[in-house]
Amino acid sequence: MKNIFAVAGVVIKELYRRKDFYVLFIVTILICLVMASVNIFNDSKIARYLKEICLLLVWISSLVIAVTTTARQIPAERENRTLLPLLAKPITRMQLVFGKFLGCWVACGLTLLCFYIFFGALSATREHQWPVLNYFQAGVMQWFMLGIVVAMSLLGSLVFAAPSSNSTICFIVIGGILFVGRHLDQVATSMHEPLRAVVNALYYIVPHLEFYDLRDLIIHNWPLIEWKYILLALLYATAYIATFLLGACLVFRRKPVN
Amino acid sequence: MSVILKTHKLRVEFRSREMRQGVKVALNGLDLEVRAGEVFGFLGPNGAGKTTTMNVLLGFVPPTSGEASLFGIDVRQPIARQRIGYLPELTYYYKFLTAEELLRFYGKIFGLTRAEMDQRIPRLLKLVELEHASKRPIRSYSKGMQQRAGLAQALINNPDLLILDEPTSGLDPLGRMKVREIIQRLKNEGKTVFFSSHELGEVEAICDRVAIIHQGELKVVGRVDEIKKAHHSNLEQAFLEVIGYQPQTTP
Repeated sequence: MKNIFAVAGVVIKELYRRKDFYVLFIVTILICLVMASVNIFNDSKIARYLKEICLLLVWISSLVIAVTTTARQIPAERENRTLLPLLAKPITRMQLVFGKFLGCWVACGLTLLCFYIFFGALSATREHQWPVLNYFQAGVMQWFMLGIVVAMSLLGSLVFAAPSSNSTICFIVIGGILFVGRHLDQVATSMHEPLRAVVNALYYIVPHLEFYDLRDLIIHNWPLIEWKYILLALLYATAYIATFLLGACLVFRRKPVN
Repeated sequence: MSVILKTHKLRVEFRSREMRQGVKVALNGLDLEVRAGEVFGFLGPNGAGKTTTMNVLLGFVPPTSGEASLFGIDVRQPIARQRIGYLPELTYYYKFLTAEELLRFYGKIFGLTRAEMDQRIPRLLKLVELEHASKRPIRSYSKGMQQRAGLAQALINNPDLLILDEPTSGLDPLGRMKVREIIQRLKNEGKTVFFSSHELGEVEAICDRVAIIHQGELKVVGRVDEIKKAHHSNLEQAFLEVIGYQPQTTP
């Protein structure tokens, strides 16, 4: 485990020493503060719109950070040749993959924490309440969703040659899953065999990232979701994370280092 | 003296992605032995198979046939790398880390305790003359400073064997001299150093024995003075003769 933690530590250091996170965080803050300072049409429910926009920005920013940070990890190690002195030490390729995953995932968790603290503070100025448990449920679910995204991007970084192509493909796949994934079973009903079977299979194979979108829970101040369902969703995410990481380990095992 | 590094009938083949190219033999039946405490120079023209040999020794490339071992352990076992230090050619270390953080990171992988690292890191930074820049990010280092940081990371586990791939490549004369001095100091401390280089002058100055390979095959191995004596010339002339270089005569 010490090797995994050592690699993860470097990834986390990289995130807070690069500008990506700060740029996205400041842009999110500025947009939200500008929105918060305007009271359009004297609408009493304006706080909901504000929360909706703020959470949308948090989702987009966290996805951008997760994909771009993960996609460059192993390609950068190869390009800068740091993979050579690293693998010349008593560390296995599997430990390196797990360390990279852990680092990116924890880094995403920390950025998410910053975003949610800001969101909570902004929301409290308008609604004068702190539904901490709701934030916790939404945050944890989003963090596990990011875990799937990070593991998928890590696998992609070993399959596709350039980080940019990997990032683009990951964004398209994530967008596709979030917007179309939930409707695939309905789309399948209007198709003929064998395409119907293919689309149906796709519906069950793709990780349903939309399960982890609990923004409405916070925006509309809905009651908490039962914890057993949250636990099931986290187990579902863990299964996908494990599958993608296993794939990454298998691909990396056969990959030449230079 | 005990044998630390050994290859026996080592053969490495690479399959070309292009159909017509077929198989390229990078190493063909390489037999090498490096003994404890010696500085061993590994010479050869570009594409001779030096880096491939090092890649096999470090477990990056599996041999097609034959054997390679470090300290008697098969190089495919990660534990074989516990007692070695490796400096690759031209590496750009993590730019966002400082030299001290870089050494701590690699130290953790070797399982060093905090106390061991607190004691060892300042000593290494002093050895490679980077103590004044230890808190600065590596992105601000010159090429020579990066190479010396690389040398420090190769020494973090106090290795018994150092594998250096063209350690002075791309450095200015001052940088080369500093790296050479460090290798000399390590030799005096009784470390075993296995290094490849194109700088035959420095090889002549610091190596106990050298091996010359060409087109994946071992051509000569022996003490520097013996090779010079056998070819009645300096090491450069001997090297050119061994690889079959014929100077073109101008009309």
